[in-house]
Amino acid sequence: MATAAPPRAPEEPAGQEPLTSSRDHISRAEGWRRRGPLLPALIFMIVVTQVPFLFTLYYSTQSWNLVRPDSRSFVGLDNYVAVFRDNQFWRVTANTVLLIVGTVLVSIVLGLLFALLLDRKFLGRGVVRTLLITPFLVTPVAAALLWKTSLLSPTNGLVNWALGPFGVEIDWLSEFPLMSVMAELVWQWTPFMMLLILAGLQSMPRDVQEAARVDGATSFRLFRELTLPHLRRFIELGAVLGAIYLVNTFDAVYMMTSGGPGVSSSNLSYYIYQRAFLGFDIGQAAAMGVVTVIGTIVVASLALRLIFKSFTGTEEPA
Amino acid sequence: MTTDTRPTAPVETSPEGLSHTEIRRRRHPRQAALTVFTWILAIGFFFPVLWMVLTAFKQESDAATNPPTFVFTPTLQQFRDVFDAGIATPLLNSVFATVVSTILVLLLGVPAAFALSLRPVRKTRDALFFFISTKMLPIVAAIIPLYVIVGEIGMLDNIWTLVILYTAMNLPIAVWMMRSFFLEVPGELLEAASIDGASLWTSVREVILPLVSPGIAATALICVIFSWNEFFFAVNMTAVNAQTMPVFLTGFMSGQGLYWAQLSAASVLAALPVVICGWIAQNKLVRGLSFGAIK
Repeated sequence: MATAAPPRAPEEPAGQEPLTSSRDHISRAEGWRRRGPLLPALIFMIVVTQVPFLFTLYYSTQSWNLVRPDSRSFVGLDNYVAVFRDNQFWRVTANTVLLIVGTVLVSIVLGLLFALLLDRKFLGRGVVRTLLITPFLVTPVAAALLWKTSLLSPTNGLVNWALGPFGVEIDWLSEFPLMSVMAELVWQWTPFMMLLILAGLQSMPRDVQEAARVDGATSFRLFRELTLPHLRRFIELGAVLGAIYLVNTFDAVYMMTSGGPGVSSSNLSYYIYQRAFLGFDIGQAAAMGVVTVIGTIVVASLALRLIFKSFTGTEEPA
Repeated sequence: MTTDTRPTAPVETSPEGLSHTEIRRRRHPRQAALTVFTWILAIGFFFPVLWMVLTAFKQESDAATNPPTFVFTPTLQQFRDVFDAGIATPLLNSVFATVVSTILVLLLGVPAAFALSLRPVRKTRDALFFFISTKMLPIVAAIIPLYVIVGEIGMLDNIWTLVILYTAMNLPIAVWMMRSFFLEVPGELLEAASIDGASLWTSVREVILPLVSPGIAATALICVIFSWNEFFFAVNMTAVNAQTMPVFLTGFMSGQGLYWAQLSAASVLAALPVVICGWIAQNKLVRGLSFGAIK
């Protein structure tokens, strides 16, 4: 991983700080000098991100409701037991998985379509690309409000107006709350997948494609046997990165449905928020947080492997 | 880049015995149709944004109608109302939190990325792993203790709290992204500079920084996008004084759908800065979002 410094030329003048030729024998002072620029960032991150998590672990063993500050006491794993017995928690966990998997899958398919369409020269290509990435940039709160009001409103929404001639008259947010949130997320995340896949398409060696085409391969075969295998790494990366960003989905749920009706469109971020800041149950909310983290470690380690692989140069799809 | 890099020799023929120019001519209608299809799709996909902008210039009476109003006399009334509704404070807060946290990210992240690329330290891999793993943990797992701690030190509803949190949120992306730019700098360049007797700082300033400055700019833009749009921390950690633009927008939600035009105007103002940043950074967007894994 670390690139060893090339051996120094013998005529190199010895400065006040003699650098040894091999990385293994870096002097202690030089080691600190090299580490110096890294330390502030490292310490900052440890303090701001790791310390709170230790507190989460600690709080999760406490019976602690902010409404009754005096009632705080150590309860061991009781909070975890309560979490595992909480049917709503499992419902919300299922929602979270569904929301992530659904959004990732649909936005990859749409993103692939957009990327393939953009991977050719045509009039206004730059403008089209700019239009297509815009939904990703729009402030998520604004995007969620836009979907809730202008698009999905049962009385004055554009969706019902457009589908009206087909006899559709649906109150999307109360009849299909999770699907509505997912549609909004797909709209926001498709550009991300499109950009990733487009980067993949543009890194493809054109001569191989041309050769295959001259050999008489059909476009479909070309796509299935050359393009898709090449894109595999990019699609995988898109899926895991998308999942990691989408675990934190909060804005869309908060703005569009408030998790309702009931918990039918609530995800873990929103449910834990509700438990902590509306129910003031710090202990249980913390335990849920810990469970969420454990759940995401699987996805996260997969993501890390893929990202490290991209950097260490094993470009070939497995 | 383009699919049109065909051999120029006119003698080459395809299996059907057509010359390439003929194929091209035959394909032309299909290509044109594909272009039209792409445009329709793009406009359809973009349409909600366009609609938001249009609604912002409507009177409230035209904003929520069935059927929707397409022809109207534009007005700036909604923008005036939004400014009267007190957009100044959240706007300034958002600018402050975004700008200061981005500067902090660059001050901490660029040197760290340098230490993890051009002059690698021991355990480089571990440090990189640590940075990125902080991005993989759900934020919700940290929000409770953060809220309690921030409350205990009296920093709730203080814009500096958001500055610190946004710095932590964006630092891993910046370290990884900047590292990918540093790795593109030829290592011999630093060697050559140090042989010439330049101090490390001089060679960094005069050789390395100019080379990676486009990377720094792209990293900054991505940090700006993320901090500006952030909502979860903002809604939990602030109330009135430190409210940012996304939180300000929620104030329009309670209006029972009666103020769509005003809401749209506020949304346009909230989204405009990041949309412009994103348009500028669009070539580097993927690189930042994939932690530099994809160029």
